[in-house]
Amino acid sequence: MTEVFSGLATGFSVALQPFNLMLVLFGCFFGTLIGALPGIGPINGVAILLPIAYSLGFPPESALILLAGIYYGAEYGGRISSILLNVPGDAGAVMTTLDGNPMARNGQAGKALSLSALASFIGGTVAVVLMTAFGPLLAQFGVGFQPSDYVALMIFAFATLASLVGANPIKTLIGAVLGLMLATIGVDSNTGVMRFTFGVPDLLSGIDFLVVVIGLFGMAELFHLVEQQARGAVKSIPVDRTFVSWADILYVRWTLVRASLIGFIVGVLPGTGASVASAVSYGVERRMAAPDDKMFGQGDRRGLAAPEAANNASAGGAMVPMLTLGIPGSGTTAILLGALLMFNITPGPQLFSQHPEIAWGLIASMYIGNVALLVINLPMVGLFARLLTIPQHYLTPLIAILAFIGIYTIVGNPFDLYMIIALGCMGWLLRKLDFSLAPVILGFVLGALFEDNLRRALSISGGDWGILLSTWESYLLYALSMGVVIGPWWRGRPRRRGEGAADKA
Amino acid sequence: MSNKTTVILAAMMGLGLAGTAMAEITKPECVAPAKPGGGFDLTCRVVQTGMEAMLPRALEVTFMPGGIGAVAFNEFNTSRTDDPNALVAFSTGSILNLLVGKYGEYSLDDARWLAGAGVDYGAVIVKADSPFQTLADLMAAMSADPTSVVLGAGGSVGSQDWMKAALIAKAAGADPKAMRYAAFDGGGEALAGLLGGAIQVYTGDMAEMAAHLDGSLRILAALSEERLPAPYAEVPTAKEQGVDAVWPIMRGYYLGKNVSDADYATWVAMFTTAHADAGFQKVQAEKGLFPLPLAGAAFDAAVRAQADTLKTLAVEAGLMPAN
Repeated sequence: MTEVFSGLATGFSVALQPFNLMLVLFGCFFGTLIGALPGIGPINGVAILLPIAYSLGFPPESALILLAGIYYGAEYGGRISSILLNVPGDAGAVMTTLDGNPMARNGQAGKALSLSALASFIGGTVAVVLMTAFGPLLAQFGVGFQPSDYVALMIFAFATLASLVGANPIKTLIGAVLGLMLATIGVDSNTGVMRFTFGVPDLLSGIDFLVVVIGLFGMAELFHLVEQQARGAVKSIPVDRTFVSWADILYVRWTLVRASLIGFIVGVLPGTGASVASAVSYGVERRMAAPDDKMFGQGDRRGLAAPEAANNASAGGAMVPMLTLGIPGSGTTAILLGALLMFNITPGPQLFSQHPEIAWGLIASMYIGNVALLVINLPMVGLFARLLTIPQHYLTPLIAILAFIGIYTIVGNPFDLYMIIALGCMGWLLRKLDFSLAPVILGFVLGALFEDNLRRALSISGGDWGILLSTWESYLLYALSMGVVIGPWWRGRPRRRGEGAADKA
Repeated sequence: MSNKTTVILAAMMGLGLAGTAMAEITKPECVAPAKPGGGFDLTCRVVQTGMEAMLPRALEVTFMPGGIGAVAFNEFNTSRTDDPNALVAFSTGSILNLLVGKYGEYSLDDARWLAGAGVDYGAVIVKADSPFQTLADLMAAMSADPTSVVLGAGGSVGSQDWMKAALIAKAAGADPKAMRYAAFDGGGEALAGLLGGAIQVYTGDMAEMAAHLDGSLRILAALSEERLPAPYAEVPTAKEQGVDAVWPIMRGYYLGKNVSDADYATWVAMFTTAHADAGFQKVQAEKGLFPLPLAGAAFDAAVRAQADTLKTLAVEAGLMPAN
């Protein structure tokens, strides 16, 4: 432990140098903006700024601090357009739309923005504290997580989400299957066979997750707005001056604890990131709530706080295997790892002994960055909330422009622009038919991970299904899956019996 | 057609003609057929930084992702076939994709293979506590029972990464199709799989091992002709252990197939100079690449030689018909 404290002291002495402090603040601010723009997420922000930071000749620790600031700044910023516009700002903010946007529509945009900023702060801080204390230990756990364990994790995720927006279970199921089908497009990662590409080379590497998110959510929302305008049925949202209160914080306190822990652990695993973290934590909260709790999806504070705490915690968690083992846990950390290598610094166990100023400087900057993000974000809540008072006929084209620019910036392939329009039409039709879009997205992201890992596990075992039940992690996850399926039914049972008795009498 | 359009069209055609006739590199560009941050980006950065002094102006790196390089290959065979300014980055993986038809109906003759950016070599890697102490131990285990060893890498079955594993299996006298192979999503995840015990052998690349020479892993063999320079000088090659397995992963550039001989020659001359330049070699090393001082006809021959090796393996593995 003394090692940790002396390390932190070194770190803060690096991170608190005026120049580095300025970079953290700049990175956080810029990252928030990048995150808030639909389509552009942390990975793009970091990729865009890496060459700039390198060519400006920053010392490695400063460059890394700047890039990391952008990374968690973007995880913060993603929530803004999710809440205000119902368009996820980045991949980790999909679940935030489910309850965040209804809150804004109910005239609580300010409350939603400030509560989610606070949730992000708590998630991020819990992650960095856990990382400081148990980093190397956790990295071993993350790496030891087998493909078969990922299968169990995905089963758990499906179990928690089974009743998601469960007004109509059949439609939820159809939505999830549509997501699974979208995920199969492209070169199959296990056999190299082309699936559903129809000879279109742009489809060989599959459809990018963000293209699906922006298409299905963003463009569909846009078409919906245009349709409302055409029919003259636009509802104006009242300007609100609401803000998070102590009562709100107390109401979601356990949600925050659970979501932060789930987000952190999912983040540490090399194969999963912010989108899985937020989905699992949202599902868990929904399952923890009483079965007759109809608030979820209508603007529940827990449903907003959980994904936001989780996606920020996972950003911290993803740093653990990167720093301690030199293994990137997400696309964004892969770029950070590349940044280290550009500076001729070898990540991995020796990083802490050979370059303590970098390793600990980065960790200290995460503490500072989290505080800075809260300080930057809370006063801006009113400003952001006023975005909703922009008349729809200005707002709609603005969202369209941002979405198109965002998607084009990711990979610079015009094909993706056609793709989001096609997916937008599909999303709009699904909405017309009263489908919820969240299961489609979840089917897409969880399904791909499920398939890859299942087949990976089976190629490892040579086709023996027994491998799925070979570790304590998988047993635990299957037990938890059973728990979340049976639990609500069990809790609901005595009351039903009571009602039955009352009927008889 | 209005008068104005006619004038503009004529002007454009005139410019186009002037461009082809001048045989001059005015606006150098390197197309990375992928997203920013990957291997092709790195390939382009080598020429951008390493040849900065030689080029008339700063080289621009552009990205043309889609279809693991297919979109770019298609673009340079349809609309930009004679653009003398644009280099396109490629790797051994691209050659394989081209051969097995993932780029459509194109062949090796549909590009002008220009010059090497550098080369990396395959590596056979196990965990430090693995029972396989040498490549011979692994070979013995695999020839006794090909299914007793689980191999893995960052690419799908049939990919360049898989081929390294297939090459090892073949050298051990096992059928590559019978080997147990787990495909991971990129080298990072495969490495995690090795450290976590999901797979026993990782067929990765030498350069990525720079970060892992701390004793957590053991490199059984480098798949190079000769031992590589420090920090890899301690790693024996497969060849010196009596296993005939060499796997270079070439990185280089091609031009559109209709680029004139004069422009091609200009680029070849520049690369020949660069390959001998200490500054270029330094950039190469920084990007984790070993020298590949080939340009022009010699490079074209190297590409075709590697294509033959890839073809043989691909046919044996049933990935493409033997014709």
